[in-house]
Amino acid sequence: MPAPKRFSVKRKRVCKFCAEKISYIDFKDGKLLSHFIPERGKILPRRISGVCSVHQRQLSEAIKRARHMAILPFVAD
Amino acid sequence: MRTYEVAFIAAPTLAPEELDAFIAQMQTVVESKSGKVVKVDNWGKKSLAYKIKKFRDGHYVIFTIEADGAIIAELERRFRVADHVIRYLSLRIDEDLKRSEKMTAARQRKTVAKPRPEFAPFSEPEAEPPAAPTA
Repeated sequence: MPAPKRFSVKRKRVCKFCAEKISYIDFKDGKLLSHFIPERGKILPRRISGVCSVHQRQLSEAIKRARHMAILPFVAD
Repeated sequence: MRTYEVAFIAAPTLAPEELDAFIAQMQTVVESKSGKVVKVDNWGKKSLAYKIKKFRDGHYVIFTIEADGAIIAELERRFRVADHVIRYLSLRIDEDLKRSEKMTAARQRKTVAKPRPEFAPFSEPEAEPPAAPTA
């Protein structure tokens, strides 16, 4: 009997911001930020999104600013 | 002088003329204290991600201002007093922009100083003719 196949999902491992050479993440760009907001409205952890630590810090700050300005929701249901 | 980004959301009940008047008023406040409004970005009416003061949408306006901290404090005071401003956010962006420029410059330097090693030339194998489409 063969060993059970490990379920694996291919995830992007390249930091999107490094690849696209974005050096300042703007809170006004809701469309860009929404890629890092799962349905529930939380900030996507970088072990899943593959964003580098420098950009993840900028990203989380930008998302929090966008939430304050009602560009992104605090909680989505 | 520092560069700031000052954004605010005005209530949707505010008439466009009143909003324009308010924007003009804020500009005169900045200029009267020797500041400079570099850019006024009026997004118009946008829906909010959640309700603020029972409003579902609002007028977004974003200023880019070159000024000192005292002017920003004055603007924020006016935002708090004005009833039709439902949310505001002011950020100092000059340091972030400087860092961003530095990163871009460093990246360019890197690509110029260290060009990618070119592939050693080797005889390219004959390209296979594309498979004839089966009729």
